[in-house]
Amino acid sequence: MRLALRELVRRPGRFVTATGILTLIAILLMFLGGLLDGLIRTSTGAVRAQDVDAIVFSESSQASFLRSRIEPATRAEIDRLEVVSETGGLGVVQLGARVPGNGPRDLANVAVWGYELAPIGVPDPPAAGEAWADEILKSDNVEIGDQLLVGPARTPITVVGWVENTSYNGQSGLWTSVDTWRSVLTANRPDAALADGVFQAIVVRGTGGDSATMIAAIETTSGDGVIALTVQDAINEIPGVTEQQTTFNQILGVTVVIALVVIALFFALLTVERSALYGMLKAIGARSRTIFAGLVAQAVVVTLIAAIIAGLAVIALDLLIPPGSIPLYISASRIITSIVLLLFAAVVGCAFSLRRVLGVDPASALGSSQ
Amino acid sequence: MTNSALHMSNVRKVYRMADTEVVALDHAELTVASDEIVALVGPSGSGKTTLCSIAGGILSTTEGSVTVGDEEITAYSDKQLTVFRQNQVGFVFQSVNLVPFLTARENLLVVDELGRREGKPARQRADRLLEELGLTDRSKNLPSQLSGGQKQRVAIGRALMNEPKLVLFDEPTSALDTELGSQVMELIRSEMKSRGTAAIVVTHDERITAYCDRTVHIIDGVLAA
Ligand SMILES: Nc1ncnc2c1ncn2[C@@H]1O[C@H](COP(=O)(O)OP(=O)(O)O)[C@@H](O)[C@H]1O
Ligand SMILES: [Mg+2]
Repeated sequence: MRLALRELVRRPGRFVTATGILTLIAILLMFLGGLLDGLIRTSTGAVRAQDVDAIVFSESSQASFLRSRIEPATRAEIDRLEVVSETGGLGVVQLGARVPGNGPRDLANVAVWGYELAPIGVPDPPAAGEAWADEILKSDNVEIGDQLLVGPARTPITVVGWVENTSYNGQSGLWTSVDTWRSVLTANRPDAALADGVFQAIVVRGTGGDSATMIAAIETTSGDGVIALTVQDAINEIPGVTEQQTTFNQILGVTVVIALVVIALFFALLTVERSALYGMLKAIGARSRTIFAGLVAQAVVVTLIAAIIAGLAVIALDLLIPPGSIPLYISASRIITSIVLLLFAAVVGCAFSLRRVLGVDPASALGSSQ
Repeated sequence: MTNSALHMSNVRKVYRMADTEVVALDHAELTVASDEIVALVGPSGSGKTTLCSIAGGILSTTEGSVTVGDEEITAYSDKQLTVFRQNQVGFVFQSVNLVPFLTARENLLVVDELGRREGKPARQRADRLLEELGLTDRSKNLPSQLSGGQKQRVAIGRALMNEPKLVLFDEPTSALDTELGSQVMELIRSEMKSRGTAAIVVTHDERITAYCDRTVHIIDGVLAA
């Protein structure tokens, strides 16, 4: 092992190519992972921010806000349950918004939310006609104090503060009082207008017990049929989320396999090149295990260096890319997961050289004079 | 028997290939006393390397028994042979001898790293050997920075690092010119004699035999004094 690590230090040149290629692969892996995380966040942030134990939709809605209707009577029934401590109305409408100073066709995509229970990071509902805006709108040149004209009816909404990470379906959150939301809905989507007291969904906080019990209680109590979902389940029901995840994870899987193949080929070549040296070392008493451990140590160090360079590169990239332009989200957990996957690929890649290492004959060290 | 470094009795080695058999060694009887230097001389393909490999615990015999010091290694498993090679024998190979990315001193210490892991005593022994071999000022040089004779001296030091009972030299002077070859042989002789270590020196150069106590000839796998 010491021998192998010394080789890395003394002859870095022979590992540069492999490190370079692995760095590029690692950047790809982390970048794609960051893109997936970013996409998921911009399509689910508003739901993820709900600081509640369950979100209740009408049964036929398939957990779609736009298709869901909860009547005041249903909400009252839920409110009466022992296991429920608090409920809040929730609704959304997705529209284009005109930003002062931008061209007439340069619309910002917004999701106007009406809420009663404040989501994580969002203050209590602002005054009528005002909204907390997701900071992604900064990339549309929105500033605090701007009056956005929302939807075909050009309903005015004034931005009074910023909130983070509350996008929905890729559209930036505008968080308003339920009355403001209801009037935006009526003016711009008359087909989907809702009477006073009617919401698309009800968010529920429990009394601290098991959320599965509470969800079962809600679903059995309600007369006209509702489905109650945990926040995570509601996120998974957002159209496209699981599909995005599956597709990206397949691409990430292929990337890891490519890393594995690169490592396997590189170290297989190195092993072939070193077989005379390995033969000599075995003749003077090196065990195959020691030699193979050295090989794995080299692969792990090379991969770790590549992964760390890639991690720094991706963090730099994240800082360089203006927020809102592409949905890149780089997190420590994504970088660490990528590093672990690459190290796994390194060890498995080396395993392909194990047979050759075992097969090196110490007798080959003697008498190559013929 | 306890007084000999090597005792080979009725050793036979057959290489089996797909459809042929090569008898590389036949009824070999050889005893090397504990401080004796034996020259093993024979033409190419006569079985010299095979004999050394068997004596050094690299190959096992087809028939017969092999004892090195007071260890009978005939029936040893690969694992036991590895430990045996770490502790009981030294090798100077003909071609690849040194690890190219290690300094002269580190090449000696490899033996300790792979085997006993003594640490400080091994480092002291390495420094003493380098001094004896006239390599003190070369100890931090890589093999590529050493001359052929210096490399061979490093290899001799490496072979002595584990304080072996028996050192096997496979054509130790074949890559050197006559004068350097004589110098290296003198060095081998003085190192062996000062330690009382036995050696087998494989060669097909009759001049080398002058530095040895005894010469054994081998032809077609058969030994003759
Ligand atoms: N691994 C092997 N497989 C088959 N035949 C071998 C092998 N090694 C050596 N031989 C044969 O055994 C004989 C003795 O070889 P060797 O001991 O290498 O002789 P020397 O070292 O004297 O040149 C030769 O005929 C050689 O071809
Ligand atoms: Mg030979």
